[in-house]
Amino acid sequence: MKSLSLTLLLSAALPCVAAAAVPEYTLVIRNHAYQPATLQVPANTKFKLLVRNEDATPSEFESNDFNREQIVLPGTTATVFVGPLDEGRYTFFDDFHRATGNGALIAR
Amino acid sequence: MLGIALLVFREVLEAALIITIVAAATRGVSRRWAWIAGGTALGVAGAVIVAGFAGVIEEALNGTGQELFNASVLLAAVLMIGWHVVWMSSHGRELAQQMQTLGHAVKAGSSALTMLLVVVALAVLREGSEIVLFLYGMAAAGAGIGDLLSGVPLGLVGGVAVGCALYFGLLRIPLRHFFSATNGMLVLLAAGLASTATRFLVQADWLPALGTQLWNSSALLSNGSVPGQALHILIGYDARPSGIQIVFYLVTVLLLVAGMRLAPRLVTRHASPPAVASASS
Repeated sequence: MKSLSLTLLLSAALPCVAAAAVPEYTLVIRNHAYQPATLQVPANTKFKLLVRNEDATPSEFESNDFNREQIVLPGTTATVFVGPLDEGRYTFFDDFHRATGNGALIAR
Repeated sequence: MLGIALLVFREVLEAALIITIVAAATRGVSRRWAWIAGGTALGVAGAVIVAGFAGVIEEALNGTGQELFNASVLLAAVLMIGWHVVWMSSHGRELAQQMQTLGHAVKAGSSALTMLLVVVALAVLREGSEIVLFLYGMAAAGAGIGDLLSGVPLGLVGGVAVGCALYFGLLRIPLRHFFSATNGMLVLLAAGLASTATRFLVQADWLPALGTQLWNSSALLSNGSVPGQALHILIGYDARPSGIQIVFYLVTVLLLVAGMRLAPRLVTRHASPPAVASASS
């Protein structure tokens, strides 16, 4: 019963994958650091964050402030949907490189 | 070295807490430690395989494969735990009585052992694959072998120690309340895992958020802190949950509690005794 209701919920949610007219923003990981370290994004809008890892080692894009985590393998681009966020500053980090991988989204 | 130890500790902690709860919930079941060890071994093997195919998983389904994979693993664990608590609701009392009269391990039905194997394996696989990718990256970036050989065991021992502490704490619960307590913990664990699965599905845009952030209790207890992370596993704590996470959390709790209430009535009385056959000894 439960798996059926889950399947129904998932299939009901599928159309929102197709209707993806959301703005896109890109972050690049280079030398275990985010570029840009501060990224302007629109407030109160869902957007798509593309995180491209140009290093030769895996990274984990993670944020406690906007509650996301995604491993980004070398040479690949991860897709993470974020928001809608209220206006403000939201930090994120690279869980595999805590010392160097830090940044923030500025929503306004 | 400390960075390595800390990351390993955090990942091991999550798996250790899950293993602790299912281990306590299956107290009295004979040969359960062998099944937990088997689940751990399967999980470690799975973690290495998943890490090896991480690129394939990441690129699947328009780049949302990783979220979907995580959500599937979490929901599979939710289903296994759900099945077990419903089964326990009709057989748990007999199990407790059996333990009190026999004073040693009993043979329970297949539900307990299957849950142990599957839930332990899934927990180790999910957290373990992250550790494997992290360590691979560290080694590739030229981390010293000494740092790896000291950091990894330190994190591992730390995470396992917290799990052991919780386990022996739980054992202090009187036997007549024991399975009610562990069943309650299993329900909250399952609800929390369902909520986390939902977060991944929102991240992949497969589910609407229904409110990105219903509340923000980060100032009290952040998701990034170790206590926040422990509570995240134990009761599904989230400092900034989306609306749909709350929906899945509550639906899981309601379904499991309803199942636990209804199952004992549906099980006919004459059919129940064989399910907890006495120990062979």
